[in-house]
Amino acid sequence: MSGYYLRLAWLSLKRTPAITLLMIGAIALGIGATTTTLTVYHRMSTNPIAHRNDVLRAVTIDNWSADRPFDEEHPDRPPTELTYRDAVAIAAGAPAARIVAMRKTSLTAEPGAGRPPFLVEARLATRDFFPMFDVPFAYGTGWDARADRDGEPVVVLSKETNGKLFGGENSVGRVLRLDGREYRVIGVLADWQPTPKFYDLNNGDYDTPEDLFLPFALGAALEMQPAGNVNCWKTETLAGIRDLFGSECIWHQLWAELRTPAEVERFQAWLDGYVAEQRKLGRFARKSNNRLYTVDEWLTRHEVVGRDSRVLLLVSFAFLAVCVLNVVGLLLSRFLGAAGASAIRRALGASRGEIFRQHLVEVGAVGALAGLGGLALGALGLRALQQLYGSYDRLTQLDLSMILAAIALAVLAGVLAGLYPAWRICRVQPAGYLKTQ
Amino acid sequence: MLDMQHISKVYRTDLVETHALRDFNLGVAEGEFVAVTGPSGSGKTTFLNIAGLLESADGGQYRLDGEDVGALGDDARARIRNQKIGFIFQGFNLIPDLDVFDNVDVPLRYRGLAARERRARIDRALELVGLAARSRHLPSQLSGGQQQRVAIARAIAGEPRFLLADEPTGNLDSLMARQIMDLLAEINRQGTTIILVTHDPELARRAHRNIHVMDGAVTDLKPYAARTGQAGAAVA
Repeated sequence: MSGYYLRLAWLSLKRTPAITLLMIGAIALGIGATTTTLTVYHRMSTNPIAHRNDVLRAVTIDNWSADRPFDEEHPDRPPTELTYRDAVAIAAGAPAARIVAMRKTSLTAEPGAGRPPFLVEARLATRDFFPMFDVPFAYGTGWDARADRDGEPVVVLSKETNGKLFGGENSVGRVLRLDGREYRVIGVLADWQPTPKFYDLNNGDYDTPEDLFLPFALGAALEMQPAGNVNCWKTETLAGIRDLFGSECIWHQLWAELRTPAEVERFQAWLDGYVAEQRKLGRFARKSNNRLYTVDEWLTRHEVVGRDSRVLLLVSFAFLAVCVLNVVGLLLSRFLGAAGASAIRRALGASRGEIFRQHLVEVGAVGALAGLGGLALGALGLRALQQLYGSYDRLTQLDLSMILAAIALAVLAGVLAGLYPAWRICRVQPAGYLKTQ
Repeated sequence: MLDMQHISKVYRTDLVETHALRDFNLGVAEGEFVAVTGPSGSGKTTFLNIAGLLESADGGQYRLDGEDVGALGDDARARIRNQKIGFIFQGFNLIPDLDVFDNVDVPLRYRGLAARERRARIDRALELVGLAARSRHLPSQLSGGQQQRVAIARAIAGEPRFLLADEPTGNLDSLMARQIMDLLAEINRQGTTIILVTHDPELARRAHRNIHVMDGAVTDLKPYAARTGQAGAAVA
């Protein structure tokens, strides 16, 4: 009967095009608003590496001041970054299947051939960065242990940077000048846009990954300046970058890959021991608070999805509810206006359930059409957000799951709007209406 | 076939109580063609609605085809309407959005028949009422007589055992009325039990039996003319 009900729905909708368009428009408006906020919320709250959530751990230790916590609102939370010396010591000694110490810097790329130099953001990281975070390569690979140890001048380019510098071709083996030094290209990434940028939430939750990646050791060897947040609590004389390396300032990120609960336990014990040893040297004045966060916990800890986003989402759903309530009224008058036809069907043998389903299919069809309209409005809304906040363009991209969700939500909204009118019409007593024919 | 005993029906509003039927008794045998006459407001249509399970009686017992249908639920009554009863209404009651073919199709859809069988039955019914060539016309494109013939086709397409007709010629001219009555007589000859409500004594005379209703009760049961062979009461 579904095909039959769909045909009846089409005939019915065609009969009163103005009301039909009004209903579709009302739901579409609600769906458009909901799709816009839901897309942003969805992109914000998605764990971009969910399949490795349980094995990846952000490593934190509390080296902060004895007088005040790192986070005044949440005094139990350790700082989100580490000092250079802690990052290096833990990366070198802690028992982990893989571990990556890293930070951000910026360099000047010199493309040569008369092209002007330009500024690039770079990530200095140990080699496990690529396999730990499932970073896809278009050409080449990351660097090896020797490059990590010796600080070899090798570089991995992002897809965009490779396009900009080498026209997108396989540039492995080519030489790139950065800050006046030559680096050999050993890898080019395929498209990789983790959103949020989970591996470094201290420097823009939704920033794009860096333009290029260099061995971590180069940062110290060449005294590369930090490009991300540097947070300090101690009064120290920082005359230059060398002082920063030896300071209590935090500016490094550290992640470990721990594949079993036993590995987590072992790592945690090692970390606690490390902090205890450091305490003997006069550091770590606060109570020991060394935590390992899964990616999900890390996203929550950083409040990647802000309260404002949740409120906005609720407001958009409330708006959709208002639209649906308006459609309830329209449907009620429309269904009761055509009660005669339902009475005839009831007289000729249709059960209440059949009349109910027939009308639900009709409102479902209204919902589906509204879903398409809502998607168009949602796309416009997202485009407007892109224009307003250019740097958040990855948060405003409709993906297949959101398209399907918007249509499903619209059908659900239509069906919800139609439940009461359909229930009313299926309870029509045929005799009363047939008499008036 | 149809057996009503002491049926009563009261319509109540805040101000008034109307006894549409009171102690209404009637039996109709299978294959009969019964005409129900009576003045406006006498209870003819209420009787027809109760007989066709479109309304429930307030009191009494109604057996249809041997089954006590008085206490049946809404959907069970709909099922019996669909499987056993054909309706021809005074106002045609066609669905304006649907063409002739689809109007006739309505009761067959709810019976769950296969598409091929539905098509065969619809074609046969439209052939019988002479509208096969107009199957894709909308009701608004047909004359009153043609619309009533569509309603008859819809009523008989399901091959009901029991046909209820409420003033089926009320909106038609005399020539068209005669054609419709000829058609009903033919349907009855093929075995369908018919109850016809009419104001028109001329039409009533073509039934096997006339029942006069007054103030919600049967006041006169005229003999089954065709069986007794009385002059002026022959079945067409």
